[in-house]
Amino acid sequence: MRDAASQTHLPAAPGIGYKPQHFTAIMQDAGRVAWLEIHAENYMGDGGRPLAQLRHLAEKFPISVHGVGLSIGGEAPLDPDHLARLKHLMGWLNPASFSEHLAWSTHDSHFYNDLLPLPYTDASLQRICDHIDQLQDTIARPMLLENPSSYLAFAESTWSEPDFLAEIARRTGCGLLLDVNNVFVSATNLGFSPQGYIDAFALAHVGEIHLGGHDTDADEHGRPLLIDSHGREIADPVWALLDYTLARSGPRPVLVEWDNDVPDWPVLEAEAARAAAALERIPA
Amino acid sequence: MSVSQADFTRALMDAGQQVPDGLVDQHGQPAGRRFDVYRNNVAAALTEAMHTAFPVIAKLLGKQNMDGLAGLYLRQHPPASPLMMFYGEDFPAFLEGMEQLRHLGYLGDVARLELALRRAYHAADAAPIAPEVLGQLGAEALMRTRLRLAPAVQVLRSPWPVHAIWRFNTESCAPAPQPQAQDVLITRPEYDPLPQLLPPGGAAWVAAIQAGGTIGTALEAAAEDQQDFDLGATLTLLLQGGAITGLDNKG
Repeated sequence: MRDAASQTHLPAAPGIGYKPQHFTAIMQDAGRVAWLEIHAENYMGDGGRPLAQLRHLAEKFPISVHGVGLSIGGEAPLDPDHLARLKHLMGWLNPASFSEHLAWSTHDSHFYNDLLPLPYTDASLQRICDHIDQLQDTIARPMLLENPSSYLAFAESTWSEPDFLAEIARRTGCGLLLDVNNVFVSATNLGFSPQGYIDAFALAHVGEIHLGGHDTDADEHGRPLLIDSHGREIADPVWALLDYTLARSGPRPVLVEWDNDVPDWPVLEAEAARAAAALERIPA
Repeated sequence: MSVSQADFTRALMDAGQQVPDGLVDQHGQPAGRRFDVYRNNVAAALTEAMHTAFPVIAKLLGKQNMDGLAGLYLRQHPPASPLMMFYGEDFPAFLEGMEQLRHLGYLGDVARLELALRRAYHAADAAPIAPEVLGQLGAEALMRTRLRLAPAVQVLRSPWPVHAIWRFNTESCAPAPQPQAQDVLITRPEYDPLPQLLPPGGAAWVAAIQAGGTIGTALEAAAEDQQDFDLGATLTLLLQGGAITGLDNKG
């Protein structure tokens, strides 16, 4: 069993999800932002401005590569072309970390551009571990696997999500990426305690924490249905859940994700500063 | 009750399909509207990707029509790879196949131009030659010369005023398009793709160069297309676009 520290070289400090419109601001003064996360698939072109910007950023900041298209939870084998693209990106960039999702997005060679849910069964566990083994062999380093935000459950599931993730980490040596907004969203949507989820989570394996904003909707019974939209400020109960988590995990790299209706840099930097404050007030 | 990913995607892409049994809420009751979150996420993300990819088409059609077309397109042509930067390859032919859009025959080629600009944006980097290098060659040596063009270079030939339509919808003071065929050269000086109008014969000339011909043989190909083909103007466009990355006049 590996310690989380060996799966990522990110600092236990705030990072943000990089958006090209912030390039100049970040290069001038990144404020409290100590590292950046990019979506792997946006940097798989052959050249041009995206790769040029990334080369500049990587000279100044630790980079976390976050994949959104590998479909680790897919029933089909991993796409060898996509694995080769990931290997190429990881090879030339040599980032501080690589992470992907407990989800699937490709079926029958169609890519649905969303993180789709899967049942937690012995069969899906085996398949995911095989895929992670294959990925880790390909990129020659351990990855972090992120917990999803859920809107529904599978009647066939036999594992709880924290146990399922812990077992994957145990079998494959991968680390975990704990998205506390996803925990809050799933807990609200599926009626469990977010603190109870954190208590059950294998925090020693957590190499990175994610934060993001969510939207509020309702299901047909009038119960709240939170949507993981990444389009606004992080909600107060999610900040509280971050404090709860950090008090138990100790300092970790903490990322602010804001992917839609992206604000000007100062708004994003202020969220990162709030994450910095949370890291600073961890009880000794 | 196990739910396969085939079951899931069938319901995902067709709101008329029942939500698969086995997807539930916290009380084990059918997931119902909760499944719509995934339907909405997929449709919204792919529709937004289409707006980003084809801003001029979206402007020509208006947001509502573009949303409607994107909704049809994404169900007929879901992305074939996770590289969303290249999504929409089949959109030009899709637009041309829509009966209701027959009167807007130019849409397909405008979409092809937008695709070409995106390919150019992500094409491999290549350092251009200094423009003087060509000028230093004698006329004979020039005719024997083969040119290496940057990976970003593309040519679009259209029976429509596709360059004028693109300009009219992206620049504030561009003249209104006149009915005429237009050929467009797409280059990428540094990082920003640049579509430029080719003179008559220019498209045939660039195609012959891309096929490995010398400037001289390409000139013959262009002359077949257009008797008074203007080589100087075409070379200038390529040089302005940083499109010539090497030359070879040995063979």
